[in-house]
Amino acid sequence: MKVEKYQYDNQIVKMFIIATVVFGVVGMLVGLTAAFQMVYPKLNGGIPYTTFGRIRPLHTNAVIFAFVGNGIFAGVYYSLQRLLKTRMWSDLLSKINFWGWQLIILSAAITLPLGITTSKEYAELEWPIDIAIALIWVVFGLNMFMTIIKRRERHLYVAIWFYIATFVTVAMLHIVNSFELPVSLFKSYSWYAGVQDALVQWWYGHNAVAFFLTTPYLGLMYYFVPKAANRPVYSYRLSIIHFWALIFLYIWAGPHHLLYTALPDWAQSLGTVFSIMLIAPSWGGMLNGLLTLRGVWDKVRESAVLKFMVVAITAYGMSTFEGPMLSIKSINAISHFTDWTIAHVHVGALGWNGFLTFGMLYFLVPKMWKTEIYSNRLANIHFWIGTLGILLYAVPLYWAGWAQAQMWKEFKPEGVLSYPNFLETVTQITPMYLMRAIGGTLYLTGVFVMVYNLIKTAKQGKFMANEDAEAPALEKEVMVHSGEHWHRKIERRPIQMLVLSLVLVAIGGIIEIVPTMIVKSNIPTLSSVKPYSPLELEGRDIYIREGCNNCHSQMIRPFRAETARYGEYSKAGEFVYDHPFLWGSKRTGPDLAREGGNKLRKSNSWHYFHMLDPQEVSPGSIMPAYPWLFEDELDVSLIEKKISAMRTLGVPYPEGYESIALADLQKQAQQITDDLAVEKLEVAPNIEIVALIAYLQKLGKDIEAQPEVPTETANAQ
Amino acid sequence: MLKFIKSHMSTIDGIEVFPIISFVIFFVFFSVLSIYVLRMRKKHVEELSHLPFEDGIEADSLNSIES
Repeated sequence: MKVEKYQYDNQIVKMFIIATVVFGVVGMLVGLTAAFQMVYPKLNGGIPYTTFGRIRPLHTNAVIFAFVGNGIFAGVYYSLQRLLKTRMWSDLLSKINFWGWQLIILSAAITLPLGITTSKEYAELEWPIDIAIALIWVVFGLNMFMTIIKRRERHLYVAIWFYIATFVTVAMLHIVNSFELPVSLFKSYSWYAGVQDALVQWWYGHNAVAFFLTTPYLGLMYYFVPKAANRPVYSYRLSIIHFWALIFLYIWAGPHHLLYTALPDWAQSLGTVFSIMLIAPSWGGMLNGLLTLRGVWDKVRESAVLKFMVVAITAYGMSTFEGPMLSIKSINAISHFTDWTIAHVHVGALGWNGFLTFGMLYFLVPKMWKTEIYSNRLANIHFWIGTLGILLYAVPLYWAGWAQAQMWKEFKPEGVLSYPNFLETVTQITPMYLMRAIGGTLYLTGVFVMVYNLIKTAKQGKFMANEDAEAPALEKEVMVHSGEHWHRKIERRPIQMLVLSLVLVAIGGIIEIVPTMIVKSNIPTLSSVKPYSPLELEGRDIYIREGCNNCHSQMIRPFRAETARYGEYSKAGEFVYDHPFLWGSKRTGPDLAREGGNKLRKSNSWHYFHMLDPQEVSPGSIMPAYPWLFEDELDVSLIEKKISAMRTLGVPYPEGYESIALADLQKQAQQITDDLAVEKLEVAPNIEIVALIAYLQKLGKDIEAQPEVPTETANAQ
Repeated sequence: MLKFIKSHMSTIDGIEVFPIISFVIFFVFFSVLSIYVLRMRKKHVEELSHLPFEDGIEADSLNSIES
């Protein structure tokens, strides 16, 4: 057999490692800023670009796509070459993948603070960046597949299956969720409306967790844990079951983010059932990872790499147990919209993704720089600070979430809410927010210790950009074994693997989404719900720009505690003109779905003062002030295009309405400024705050116009 | 495009049967998978699980595990 000599490309791995570390620090710093703002809202410095609503998406995007994303690429480019015994197919594509991805991150870091956002969680980037993401993702996939094709190892190790599934599914999710109609270079409206938009978004959002934060990292686990422990995986059979069960089940679980909302009941139940079934493969995978260390637990005591990996896998186990529990309706009724969810995702992000990345980095840097770790002691210190940081982060938030949920739901014996003022439930938990921020600070301190240690390690070693290796060439002719199993064949055929993975995940997606799109009975229409007026539409776009939906939900669940606080529960038909939907996922502030309804309506001047100085109107409030809304003129240059775009999407504006929209807008703005003038507030009608007030006053108003309907029915009889 | 699908699919009676179909697909798929995994040859499984140690550089690491 002829032995071929070749070289592994370590340079690209090094580049991704540097990016991982840099963006890890940046993403966590932004997160820490946001965390401290939840205690001291004035920390934004009074400027728009650093305000919570804008930097919260910056934090989530930076951590998910920049930190974890670069971590995925670093791990995949390292392990893929070695598992396939070949160099990456194209160094050029590797470089395009790297620089393209960093450019996308850069454009996100610019656009998100500018308020250029679609508002859909973890998919906030606007359409030109969406296209760039799709292109770079294809570059990555192409490079991976061509590498697989020219491999020197016939069998594809289980880690590679996870990489393939990641590529295929993320591509599908990203494309489907990003259907949007552009009105300008930096503004688009979601193709879907209301309930449908929510379903597609959370099908995406959930599976972004599944196929960006989980499957690629499981691939990395199946490669790096055996490497670090120098033992093969505990059960390869189990890993096969783990893989197929996980990708098949995960795709269905999205609706568990929408329990008790206006989403059709059958879709909610589907989400719950599949979420609970997910425990099986998740724990199978966790046990497989932990049991790989059987017989070498003594090594864990000394090796920081293994310590990080053990805690990472344990955190994976904890959050994949907690996730299904949170999908049970009665538990979700308590946890949803509270900090419990934030605690849950951070056990995953800090524990599973963070610690596995750190373990991988401590393993890779000494190996690639041909040296030992600079200081094992510092690595162990990082481990302990980090672990303590996670605990200090999560425990106060679990406490806060639980406490706030109980306060929201508590009634006095007389049958009225014990805490009718939402603010009371916030001031109660601000000490927890402070402790969380301290936990985050500890975690980040650990990361700085790692940065120092890794730089020192690299300096004492000698980096080898190209590593020599040799392996026999793959024989062209494959001996056909009679009676060979189909799976064994598939293991060798990456394209079939891709197709089968795609079919599996597409089944789940189609069955979940298509019926909601096509069956009319799923979304009963309400005749009293009217499209937004031009001014309200502009106000809504300001609401999106400022990221109000990061702290305020617009979805009243059918609970007594919620209807007593906010009014009638939300109906699917109320959102038919909402491109995009703005239900939100967290109530740092109160729900706004009925803000303009009879029960909650405030005067225009209340909103005016509240947006100008929230603490003056509501002492103790943690909402930031929005002084720029009182200075900046409303940009109405796109109003015609916006109305036309909405009509294209199915909003029933009359033909030709766009030409009189501006006049309508000015008329409504004048009415609001006249009303403010009564309270001696001199405001020009073309200032942004006027549009935002118009939008807030519209929320929940339409549904109260219902009484006309029974009268008509009575007449008909 | 969506309207086209809509007009055709909304006439389908009992589209709610989708979840049942999916359960059947799920059940059959995992039954077959389990049977396959249980019947895999031990030697082949061993080979596959040792793949991370055969990267053309550290040929000795495989031996160190066996020893």
